Amino acid sequence: MISERGTTARHDWLAVRGEVPARRSLLLTVLAFALPLAIWSAVSYVPFLWHPLVEVQQPGSVSYFQAGMLVEAEAFAAENAQARAGGRPPATGVPSNPIYLPAPHEVARALVAAFRTPPRLPSEPWLHQSLWQSMQVIFWGFLLSSLLGVPLGILCGTFSSVSRLQEPFIEFFRYLPAPAFGALAVAVLGIYDAPKIAVIFIGTFFQQVLVVSNTTRKLELPLIEAAQTLGASRRQLVFKVVVPGVIVDLYTDMRVLLGWAWTYLIVAEMVGTTSGITYFIHQQARYRNYENVYAAIMLIGLIGLTSDVVLARLGRLLFPWRPESQRSVLLALIRGGLPARARRGAAAESLPA
Amino acid sequence: MSSSSAIAGHAATLPLALPDHRDQTPEVAARFARIYQRPVTLEVRQLGRRFEARDGSVSAFESVSFCAHRRELLCVIGPSGCGKSTLVRILAGLDAPSAGQMLLDGRPVYGPGPDRGMVFQAYTLFPWRTVLQNVMFGPEVRGLGKVAAEAEALEWIEIVGLRKFANAYPHQLSGGMKQRVAIARALANRPRILLMDEPFAALDAQTRAQMQAYLLELWRRIDVTIVFVTHDLEEAVYLADRIVVLGSNPGHVKQIVEVPLPRPRSREQSISPLFVATKRHLESLIHTPPAEGEALPRIRVTQVGDEVD
Repeated sequence: MISERGTTARHDWLAVRGEVPARRSLLLTVLAFALPLAIWSAVSYVPFLWHPLVEVQQPGSVSYFQAGMLVEAEAFAAENAQARAGGRPPATGVPSNPIYLPAPHEVARALVAAFRTPPRLPSEPWLHQSLWQSMQVIFWGFLLSSLLGVPLGILCGTFSSVSRLQEPFIEFFRYLPAPAFGALAVAVLGIYDAPKIAVIFIGTFFQQVLVVSNTTRKLELPLIEAAQTLGASRRQLVFKVVVPGVIVDLYTDMRVLLGWAWTYLIVAEMVGTTSGITYFIHQQARYRNYENVYAAIMLIGLIGLTSDVVLARLGRLLFPWRPESQRSVLLALIRGGLPARARRGAAAESLPA
Repeated sequence: MSSSSAIAGHAATLPLALPDHRDQTPEVAARFARIYQRPVTLEVRQLGRRFEARDGSVSAFESVSFCAHRRELLCVIGPSGCGKSTLVRILAGLDAPSAGQMLLDGRPVYGPGPDRGMVFQAYTLFPWRTVLQNVMFGPEVRGLGKVAAEAEALEWIEIVGLRKFANAYPHQLSGGMKQRVAIARALANRPRILLMDEPFAALDAQTRAQMQAYLLELWRRIDVTIVFVTHDLEEAVYLADRIVVLGSNPGHVKQIVEVPLPRPRSREQSISPLFVATKRHLESLIHTPPAEGEALPRIRVTQVGDEVD
């Protein structure tokens, strides 16, 4: 292996399916988050970018202006022009964005404050309670779906007869939008968490069976044949070859499917009594605390990203036989010392022949 | 192969006094006599395989018969499309014949079983198992306890010389090492017969030569009958006691050739007249001269004066 520094060839950023050196890959990962944040900051803090409204500071002589009021920039200019023409004092104000686009620092402050501020009504949950409830709904919905869907998917992927029996119906059912079953779920399961779990289950299960069975079918046939020539029985083929053979890919599938389950969360939580993070978002939107709405949305993203990174990390521990071909920069960031890691990986792959 | 066929083409201008491949020294003849006295391990009787295609059925091969004696190393060669891979898959029980039967130690066998080990051309080690666990697979599914299976597997890993890599995963091994593990894994079941379907075809030339020498060494030390499918004539001559030459359209046994080279075999034999004669004979069996009109059209795409010869 040639050391990165030793090569004179310049790295091509847009080499088709080329690899990105570790350092640059890290830079790109940082940029992935920094760029959207930079755009958001620019729109929020640079007064001449967008800012279609004016926040009134001194109402001056304009009768209906109040300090802190948001006025269309044109209306503001028109009123001031009239005031000046009449020799009355004009209003003062600063350019502002609509209330539904809070600045980054406001959202950041809201993110911290939301956990510290007690709810307005004693009957309302704290933010962390709402989140906890949401996570429980996701957990149970996904767990129940997986307990049934994964074994059924593996059976479909292993035995063609099972697949012919199950998959046409599942293929039909997966096109039915899960939220459509909300009313039915409430009728059967009541208004609390059960119907929400059911919606997540319906949204996940049918996709899951198809995804798992497809992954299972991708297992290379020669592995199964090799096991057959070694005397494995049907049962042993399933448990000693098929399952361990697809488990890494299944794990990746599960990570993707868990993301889908989160997307069903918001509709699921509106079934019956609105609850969890959805309730929090709706309440805050009603109070026009949009920075809290953004904070809650970001929390969902953060929880998703964190759980995915944790699962990816866990996958490394669970499946030590995988060649470390896809290195996750985020993971490396967490563990630190990326170039050293890359070198170790390369050494492991070049054992003497 | 190309160089020797060029020699064949210029036989008139380059007279080479080659012996006949049937000229066996008394020692070699005696060796064959001893082989034929041994019991027959594998007998293939009138085996045929037809595939259903859209326009009627196609025959991969028909009435193929041969037998392998105990501890014989039998090679199967043939042009592409003669069904040699299908044949070995049927022997392994991974495919079913449409006609005929096969007998192992005189008993008919159906379906795959641990009595017939198989080494595939593709790497078929289980990637989630270490070398040791891969070799343990056979003993494990046979119902041997973990400790016994491990001891058995270690023995075989020792035999193929991979003790140091017992705990490595397949992706950490080179191609040659992978196939050595695959051989150990197949042998750990103590099969009556070891089927090998072009096991070294994916390896580079140097590794392939090493693996061939290595296989011969292994075969000398253990009681196993080997049926080795290859398309490499030199490999067949180097390894085999006898070579089953298949013809195509549909596949059939053209001839069973006794390799007249003494054992132990060595690389130096490959330039001996007897080796060359045997190989030339196989070539003449396999490569039928192209029919009239099948020769390459003479189109010039090079500049005048650019001739390569």
